[in-house]
Amino acid sequence: MKIYNKGLVFSLILVFAAIALFPFLVQGGRVAAKPDPKTDTPEIMQYAQEHGGKKECVESKEWMRGEHMQLLNQWRDSVVRDDNRGYISNTNHQRWNMSLQNGCMKCHSNKKKFCDECHNYLSVKPYCWDCHIQPAEKEEVKS
Amino acid sequence: MKAIVSFVAVLLLVAIGYMGGSAGSTSRFLFGVVAPYSAFAIFVVFMIVRILKWASSPVPFRIPTTAGQQKTLPWIKDSKIENPSSVFGVVIRMALEVLVFRSLFRNLKTQLHEGGRLAYGEAKWLWMAGLAFHYSFAIILFRHLRFFLEKVPYPIQLVESLDSFLQIGAPLLYLTDVALLGAVTYLFIRRVALPQVKYISLIADYFPLFLIFAIGATGVLMRYFTKTDIVGVKTLAMGLISFNPAVPETIGAMFYTHVFLLSVLFAYFPFSKLVHMGGVFMSPTRNMANTSREKRHINPWNYPVHVHTYEEYENDFRDKMKEAGLPVEKE
Repeated sequence: MKIYNKGLVFSLILVFAAIALFPFLVQGGRVAAKPDPKTDTPEIMQYAQEHGGKKECVESKEWMRGEHMQLLNQWRDSVVRDDNRGYISNTNHQRWNMSLQNGCMKCHSNKKKFCDECHNYLSVKPYCWDCHIQPAEKEEVKS
Repeated sequence: MKAIVSFVAVLLLVAIGYMGGSAGSTSRFLFGVVAPYSAFAIFVVFMIVRILKWASSPVPFRIPTTAGQQKTLPWIKDSKIENPSSVFGVVIRMALEVLVFRSLFRNLKTQLHEGGRLAYGEAKWLWMAGLAFHYSFAIILFRHLRFFLEKVPYPIQLVESLDSFLQIGAPLLYLTDVALLGAVTYLFIRRVALPQVKYISLIADYFPLFLIFAIGATGVLMRYFTKTDIVGVKTLAMGLISFNPAVPETIGAMFYTHVFLLSVLFAYFPFSKLVHMGGVFMSPTRNMANTSREKRHINPWNYPVHVHTYEEYENDFRDKMKEAGLPVEKE
């Protein structure tokens, strides 16, 4: 098979292959680290102690993993538009206070080790902190 | 009928993907690892084969398109982009074709009015829907790189934030998701609503539309509605990219449907009309400078033809020509 305009055709193929294979080349066979969100803040540990060793959020862990962003959106609308801060959990039927800074972040006081862990992994940039004040985190002393 | 056949085919593929994703771990490995790997390999290898096949057909002569005045005498103004005579002009014409679909922009609607009056009107909808479709698809593909790169680079983050800048809902609505599904729907309706277009539409035209719609729909369902374990999705994607495939237990059947349909698209790509992605660069009417008047282009498979020149003719018949009183060049 005779190939005409070899130079141009092979450059075209090279460009195509480089674009198609570029994520493989960048990664180069390295195994990527998985995110590991931590739920071991003093507040959560204390809650678990008071509730018979059970860590629990407003809803189940699996549900929260997929739906927390929608829940936060609903909470915002409920608080801002209806002045309603009461949330009755569908899982344990308790009343929780709808609040980001005084609710969520009170237990999950470790934004860097909890929120950011997955958000950075997946390049998700929630705009919570455009309005809310980011919780001050104690710098961990590196041993 | 052709549309129905394509629709049923895509439905079947959706069913296969969904069942494969809900079955055991062997099946998940098959649909989450084996299918994407083989589809991607087929895509890359056969795209290159296809380009080489095109490059092996000789195009000895320049094929000028008549959209502009070609370069001739110095006092006649030539159209440097529409009918380029230089490499630079060709590059500009190709760039306009690839980036803004210039030849589709020229699309006209021909109508016969009462009394045999013929009218040409502008027809830009196809061009607009085509642009919306191709750019949305390109942006969506680019955005998906966030699953395949460990540290997501700034350009991808920038595109993501621009794409979701209206901040509708959570997770944020991507405008390209809406544009892609809208454009594909338009391109399909156009094929069934216009009788002339319907007449020339084949299964190979409907099938990719349904397939791409299904890929977009499963993606949209997963992102905004049914949800999936997105950390698991990236773990799987990074496993594929680093050749250490691992299949997490937590990602639902919808994800496998999405990936299976995408695998089908990739594997089908080099053998379908979608291969115009490479073909546009290889089209002789777009990639050749019109130098027919400047240079002599010789057909490479010309065989030697014995020609009888006038000189030889005169040598043969000079005496007879003189007798008949005809003028001769050599006495």
